[in-house]
Formats: sequence, C-alpha cells, structure tokens
Amino acid sequence: MADARERAQLSGRPAADLDEPVIQLLGARKVYKSGSIEFEALRGVDLEIRAGEYVAIMGPSGSGKSTLMNVLGCLDTLTHGSYRLAGNDVDELDEAELAEIRNQQIGFVFQQFNLLPSLEAWRNVELPLVYGRVPAHERRKRAERALERVGLESRFANKPGELSGGQQQRVAVARALVGEPTMILADEPTGNLDSVSTEDVLGLFDELHALGRTIVLITHELEVAQRARRIVRVRDGLIQDDDGADPGTSARGIEAAA
Amino acid sequence: MNWAETLHTSWAAVRSHSLRSLLTVLGILIGIAAVILTVGLGLGTQKDVSSQISSLGSNLLIVSPGSSTSTAGVRGGFGTGTTLTASDATALASSVNAPDIVGVAAEKNTSLALTANSTNWTTTVTGTTPSWLDVRSRTLLSGSFITDADQASAASVVVLGSETATELFGTTRVVGQTVSIDSRTFEVIGVLASAGSNSSSNLDDLAIVPQSTAASQLVGGTGSSSVSTIYIKAASDAQLSAAYQEAQAVLLNLHSISDSSSADFTISSQNALVSTATSIYQTLTVLLTGIAGLSLLVGGIGVMNIMLVSVTERTREIGLRKALGAPPWAIRRQFLVEAAILGLSGGLLGAVLGIGAAFLLPGVIGSSIVISPAAVGLSIGVAIAIGLVFGVYPATRAARLAPIDALRSE
Ligand SMILES: Nc1ncnc2c1ncn2[C@@H]1O[C@H](COP(=O)(O)OP(=O)(O)OP(=O)(O)O)[C@@H](O)[C@H]1O
Ligand SMILES: [Mg+2]
Repeated sequence: MADARERAQLSGRPAADLDEPVIQLLGARKVYKSGSIEFEALRGVDLEIRAGEYVAIMGPSGSGKSTLMNVLGCLDTLTHGSYRLAGNDVDELDEAELAEIRNQQIGFVFQQFNLLPSLEAWRNVELPLVYGRVPAHERRKRAERALERVGLESRFANKPGELSGGQQQRVAVARALVGEPTMILADEPTGNLDSVSTEDVLGLFDELHALGRTIVLITHELEVAQRARRIVRVRDGLIQDDDGADPGTSARGIEAAA
Repeated sequence: MNWAETLHTSWAAVRSHSLRSLLTVLGILIGIAAVILTVGLGLGTQKDVSSQISSLGSNLLIVSPGSSTSTAGVRGGFGTGTTLTASDATALASSVNAPDIVGVAAEKNTSLALTANSTNWTTTVTGTTPSWLDVRSRTLLSGSFITDADQASAASVVVLGSETATELFGTTRVVGQTVSIDSRTFEVIGVLASAGSNSSSNLDDLAIVPQSTAASQLVGGTGSSSVSTIYIKAASDAQLSAAYQEAQAVLLNLHSISDSSSADFTISSQNALVSTATSIYQTLTVLLTGIAGLSLLVGGIGVMNIMLVSVTERTREIGLRKALGAPPWAIRRQFLVEAAILGLSGGLLGAVLGIGAAFLLPGVIGSSIVISPAAVGLSIGVAIAIGLVFGVYPATRAARLAPIDALRSE
C-alpha cells in the first residue's frame, strides 16, 4: 500500500491524468455490523480500472459484488483501505462532495430499475441534470436525446408503470448516460430482463464502450460477462481471478517503479 | 434544483396524499381560525364599546327595573318587571333632590305595528317626554320633537326614526303625513337624524310618542304607569357618581327600601356596559387563545408526524435522488418546503374558516368581530413558520440518510 506522503502527492495530480487509473482500490475492507454480529463482506480487495475499460464482475451470491459496486459508486464507505476515484481520495470527501462526484462522474443502472413512479420517463431521465444545475430547457433537450439513444423517444411522456421491464431499464440507462459521466456502474442490469431486452441493454453498453466510457457491470451470467473486455471474479470478499489485471500497473507495480 | 422546482416537487408530494395532508393540517387550521377570531373579537369589542359610548353619551346613567345583584326571587331579574314608574322619573328630575342630574327621560317601550298607506312595519314604539331628545343626545332631521303641550294633551303625534320613516314611506320627508298605530291615527311631526346602531338595538328604527299618549291609548291596563327604562343625564362626566348616589337615594326612598342591596331597580352607567363587554371579550379571548395555542402545537406535531411518515415512505426515493447526485441540503430543502406547504395550506384554510366564522358568530355571541387583514396575513405567516419549525427534524433525518441504506430499503 502506498504511504501517506505518496498518496498526498498523487491527490495533487489532475483528474484527467491518463496514466492514473480511474478507479484505484487498495486493501479495501468492508465490515457490516448488525447488532453484535460483524460480517466482513470485502476482505482486502485491490482493484484498478483504467479509463475506457469494460469490466464485468462475477461471483456467487453473497460474494460481495454489490458491496464492491456500492463502494465504487461512492454510495457506501470502506471500513479499511483506500479508494481513489478519478484522482480524488474518496475518504476525504464530505457528503455534498460525494454527491457531486456521483452526479458528475457516475451513471448508475440498478437491477430494480429504481425509476420514480410518479414522474414521466423524461422527468426520470433528467434527474441527474436537475442536481447538476443544468437549466430546465437544456435538460429537456438532453433527456429527449438520451431517450432517443435508447430507442424510447416515443415513450417520452409515459410513466414507468406504463412501460415494460425492458423499456424501464432502457429509461434507466438513458438516465445513466444523460449527464455524460465518465463511468457507468451497473449492478445486474439484466437480472430482471428477458433475452431480447438483455440484448437491447448490452447493445447500448457496447455503444457506450465504443464511445470511450468506462463500464463496470455486475452479472451472474457468463454470457453477459463475456461481452466485457475483462472479467473479475469475486469470491468470499476477495478477488479470485482477474483476467485483465496488468501487474505492471498495479499499485505495488507503481511503488516498485518509484 | 432551483426554488420553483423544489416547490413543484413538494406540492406534488402534498397533493398525492390530499386527504392525509388535510387531516394533518386540521390542528393548524383550527389554531389559525382561533387566532383570527381572537384578534377580530378584540377589535370588534373596541368598536362596539366606542360606538355605544358615542351613541349614548358618556355622562348617562340607565335605570332598569329589577335587580341584577339580588337572587331573592320575588323581585324578578334585571330588565324585567314593572317596578319603575313615570313618577319615579318626575322625582329624579327635581333639582332639589338631585342637583347633579340635569335631565331625565323615561321610556316605555312596546313593539307595535305601524301602517302608512297600507304599508306595515313593526317597530319599537317609545312613550317618553320632551327631555328625551337632550338626554339621549339625539337630533332631528326634520320637523319638531314632542312638546310639553303634546304631553299635557296626550296628542296623537309621532316622531319617527329615519329608518322607520323610510320603511313606511320610502323617504324621510314625511313630516305632516299620518300613520296609524294600533288602529289609531297619528300625525308625523318629526324625523330623527340617523345615529347608527349599537350591538343591542337599531337606533334608527323606532317611533316616539308622548308618554301620556302611550299610557292612555297604546298600552292600557295595569302596566300603563310603569316604564321600561329611565335615562338620567348627569351635569358632566365628573358628576356622574354624584348623580348615581342621588338617583339611588331618591328611588330607594320612593320605593320605601332601606337596604340598597335589596333595591328593585338597577342603575348602570356606560362604564358598566363597557366592563360587561370587556369581560365577555376577555373570557372569549382566554378561551380562544387557549384553543389557538393548543391547536397550533398539536398541528405542528401533526406536521412533524406526517413528515416522518413521508420520509419513511420515500426512503427509497431519497436514496435514489442521493445516488443521482442530490446533496444533503437539497433533500433537506425539499422536505422543509413540503412541511411549509402543509403549514401554509393549514393557514389558508384556517383563514377561510376564521373569516367565515367572523360573519356567522356575531349573531350568536352578540359581539361584533372585525377582520384585520394584518392579523390574517400574520397568522398565515405563523402557520408557515410552524410547518418549517416542525419540519426541521424530519427534513434533517431525510438529509442524513446514508444513500446506500436508503436505496436498499423496501
Ligand atoms: N447491510 C448489510 N448488513 C449486513 N450484512 C450485509 C449487508 N449488506 C450485505 N451484507 C452481507 O454481505 C455479503 C455480500 O453481500 P453483497 O450484496 O455484496 O453480495 P452479492 O455478491 O451482491 O450477492 P448477490 O449476487 O446475491 O447480489 C452477504 O453475505 C450479505 O449478507
Ligand atoms: Mg448483489
């Protein structure tokens, strides 16, 4: 693990530094406490993901995939270890700054879609822009374009309840990409979809990958995982196998080179 | 998210549970209505009292038959009975017995139907003496008042209140016309200038005839020599209490009563009227202020309760908004605005209820209520403030929710 002085130097670097990984997780541990029972869901995970990578995370149920994803998305904090996202030390940020990072850098796609049922499709899509202080007329235009991109321009004004599961997930994808984030995090985005809708969503991810977005996708299905360029396998809170890990660029590698 | 959007989102949240929201703001609604009524009643009482004083004159004493202090059954209650007579009035007018009294007018009031050219109008017919005009501080619009000669001859003449004249003839230029009262013909010799009304009677709707005429022609029988009220005018404000003592002494002597506590009459002054009005007002104020305070407290707790429910129900939504980049202050503001909207709705509905009650209540409690726009505006402000104050805790709770816990909740 890099020492404190070195980390301080790293944090001074600009976020757009191409050499630095977008995601840099070092010795990540996450302990859940429920009453007196403690459970260690992540038991020391090192993970680096570079800008533009398309990574699938696989593993059996309960292995800690969602926990890992929540940490990567700044929705949850680590018990031990460090997490640097796009040059920022996440531990040092307060709630408002984390909110801004989620808003500007990350687009989420959830297994449960998580659309607000009372809002029309485009209102759901514009939500990240609402918190990103984009003016109203521009938000509507961008929401329209995002819906066009997922092939749902005709469902612009429908509420989620009036859409099929596959369509709802496409609305959610439109919401994830409307703010042009550098990174898309998707936790089992196809878990509730049939094969046709799965293909729709994965096709969208392929397009986003081609445009240079970083994509991290959690899945159970090997078929889905194989669409990614790199597969990370997790088991019992540890990375068991990482077919894209480049020893030359790991944290220890940097230390060794320094 | 700017203010307009926050307002829109919060209003939509309130609207989506309109019945629940209405029940929630009931406490605030009642509280605000009570505040508006309390202030209105205060202003109304002030208005009543000042109009009463200006309509009667401040150096006036009023003698009514019966006792308001004694509970001994035989003499009957205040304002009832026939214990006062025209000769009591004559004795009070004597400058020897009562030097501080400058004018006395006895009134004998009966409700009778007046007819003019087949138009009927029922009003108070007052039998009194020429001194009435001065004692009651009234003036004539036209014609002349009853005279000592009319009194001596029991003349069939009448002086009408301006409203009575208008009701009967459609105009106040009626001097010289005739009206029939109780199927006897009277000549209209004068019309009184308007004096408005106080809370208990309309001062412009009456017909005045000589006391002797009233006794002999309109109210025969045993009741003929009794009078309803004797008005006494003191020489000045300063001599009011002296006049009071003299009037009491004269009447006790005439009625052969030695103990003033068993008097069969009651002498009251304007001060007494003022203090009666004030005490009614104070009782109602204490009552309404209590209701207002409790309702607003209960209403505030209701808002807090429903906002906590709302936060719990929408935990997942809060989690999602946070995941998409809502900072804590935006969440807090959204829920605070929602609480303020609840307060405002309660305030507006309360204002409607309060103003409605202000129109209906005076008929029931006999005291006017004056709606003050400033009080209405201020109490709506208070309602919003209550929503805000009791919304702080739920809003802060919502703002503090950890995004992942909120997202995971079901
Ligand atoms: N809030 C929590 N409190 C306590 N334990 C938790 C909590 N969240 C997750 N866990 C535990 O942590 C472990 C990892 O959970 P996680 O949700 O990351 O699994 P997963 O790999 O996503 O599983 P799945 O494929 O079923 O979604 C599980 O054993 C789970 O029981
Ligand atoms: Mg999971």
